[in-house]
Amino acid sequence: MTAPARAITTPAVAARRPGWPRFKRILRTVAIYGLLLLLSSFILLPISWMVTAALKPDTAPVFTFPPDWFPTEHFRLETFSEALFNPLNPYILYAFNSFLLCAVNIVGAVISNSLIAYPFARLRFRGREKMFGLLIATMLLPAPVLLLPQFLIFNELGWYGADLPGIGTYASYLPLVVPSFLGNAFFIFLLRQYMRTIPKELDEAARVDGASHLQIYRHIILPLTAPVLVVVAVFTFLGTWNDFFGPVIYILDPQRYPVATALATEVTKVGTKWNIVMAANLVAIIPPLIIYFLSQKRLIGGIASVGIRG
Amino acid sequence: MAVGLVGRRGGATPPVDRSSKESRKEERVAYAFLLPWFGGLLLLIAIPLLYAIWISLTDAFYLRPGQADFIGLDNFVEIFTDDAQFRKAVEVTVRWILLTTPLFLFTGLILSLLLNQRLRGMNFFRTILYVPAVLSGVAVTVLWINLFNPDLGAINGFLRAAGVADPPQWFRSPDWAMPALAVMGLWGIGGSAVIFLAGLQNIPPHLYEAASIDGAGGWAKFRNITLPMLSPTLFFLTVNAVIDALLVFAQIWVVSGGSKNAGPDDSLLFYMYYVYLESFRDGQYGYGSALAWLLTIAGVLLVAFVFRFEKRFVYYETEGPR
Repeated sequence: MTAPARAITTPAVAARRPGWPRFKRILRTVAIYGLLLLLSSFILLPISWMVTAALKPDTAPVFTFPPDWFPTEHFRLETFSEALFNPLNPYILYAFNSFLLCAVNIVGAVISNSLIAYPFARLRFRGREKMFGLLIATMLLPAPVLLLPQFLIFNELGWYGADLPGIGTYASYLPLVVPSFLGNAFFIFLLRQYMRTIPKELDEAARVDGASHLQIYRHIILPLTAPVLVVVAVFTFLGTWNDFFGPVIYILDPQRYPVATALATEVTKVGTKWNIVMAANLVAIIPPLIIYFLSQKRLIGGIASVGIRG
Repeated sequence: MAVGLVGRRGGATPPVDRSSKESRKEERVAYAFLLPWFGGLLLLIAIPLLYAIWISLTDAFYLRPGQADFIGLDNFVEIFTDDAQFRKAVEVTVRWILLTTPLFLFTGLILSLLLNQRLRGMNFFRTILYVPAVLSGVAVTVLWINLFNPDLGAINGFLRAAGVADPPQWFRSPDWAMPALAVMGLWGIGGSAVIFLAGLQNIPPHLYEAASIDGAGGWAKFRNITLPMLSPTLFFLTVNAVIDALLVFAQIWVVSGGSKNAGPDDSLLFYMYYVYLESFRDGQYGYGSALAWLLTIAGVLLVAFVFRFEKRFVYYETEGPR
């Protein structure tokens, strides 16, 4: 953008006022950085306020003015351990629950979506185009109308608030994890598009060597699809970690809450200690942040490709 | 359709016995791979969809399991004639769409234009600005209800310091609860800015160069190149914003503590939250299902309405399937 902006200043103007275009450019650069810094502080200041609040002891006021943006006199990590290990409200357990849900859902999403995408991308069978059209149609299907009947069906299956021998009330996770083993239209679409770009010669060579379709899928297609599988895993992690509606409907035992649900119910209690809540809130946001920073390039690329496709 | 398929298949595979046997096998393998999808289609979509139609025509209630009576369209009649909360929910949701769709799109676009400058450190800013988009609605709301605390929160602290004697009561005031929610939404604007940015970076630079040679200024280039070339992205984000608005839920649950008071004077009674209250909190399965159908129909109509504008305002450079 800067190059054409320079080009439009006609030579005549530049000759009349020698320093002007350069000055204008510097002014523009300063203005852009200024705005971006302002916007970044709009993002970062609330987060840093949360960090300072989470580091305060119970005796220090959480709310001060001017607000504390940087941990100065209070640097009490015990607030975190209180949030994590309070036997009545242990966020370490909720975090474990969240990670468990994420792990199972990631396994389910990676396996099922790559399995389903494989024939759509690489095999020929009757009705392929029609089925793919159906898949796209389900992507456009609105979720709200399905929530209640799905709930009632899972209820009929005995999965709502389930308590089974061996896994106890962890059984109530069934409605939250089984769907991820049954494929997700968006992920299937993403994987199928990518799998189509893999050269057909690879499969054919393997066929000649006597490999089965399952072997081709497992040893050729799956490894080559790894970059998109990472995107699927990251989206699944973020979706599961941040999901609120599912757990709030399906889980009855508070000991089985994931972090987001525990946090939401905590706020409603009387006499909430805000330093503890802010420490718990950090527990809720740190894992997605780490995942985001690790997978940033790929994740943003994945999101952007969705937008461009339109 | 079927003829076309057969024709294509016939052309691709030579009509040899061995290969037709093999292609039959390939077909069986393909269906085996698709089994989980068939299962999902049945369990998560087909059966629930039929169930949703049936149940919305009954008076199903959680205290009377298995005793739902068919009552025709009575649920819908009641919704339209005798439900003040339904009208309130529609009003709140429509107001939110009208307020935030232009606001979020405009600020997202401006931000992406800033991030698209070829200056040092842009990746750093992009990383920072995208952060809120990966955080859960619950965590973000828990944070912001504190910043918006009318007596002690940081925002009113600044307002008082700036000389506002009587700053807004935010989530405690029927008039200011929604603006507070919109500010919270602006915090996550990096999400759409990144998509805008990808659209901007897809515009071929030669267009700008050609315009410069023709003597076009910055605004002319924005108006005649950037905006038309960005219109598919803009369109995508508009559809997304409308759908998101219809699904606002977690934030309201946190603000209202999952109770029936969705903000002061129901000022945050978003439609999806109302569906939740009726269906899951009160167990009015039939009534809640009817409400969900109306939301679905409204969503389809709204998106169709946006699509009507697509032909007129959206410019696709490449023709044919995209």
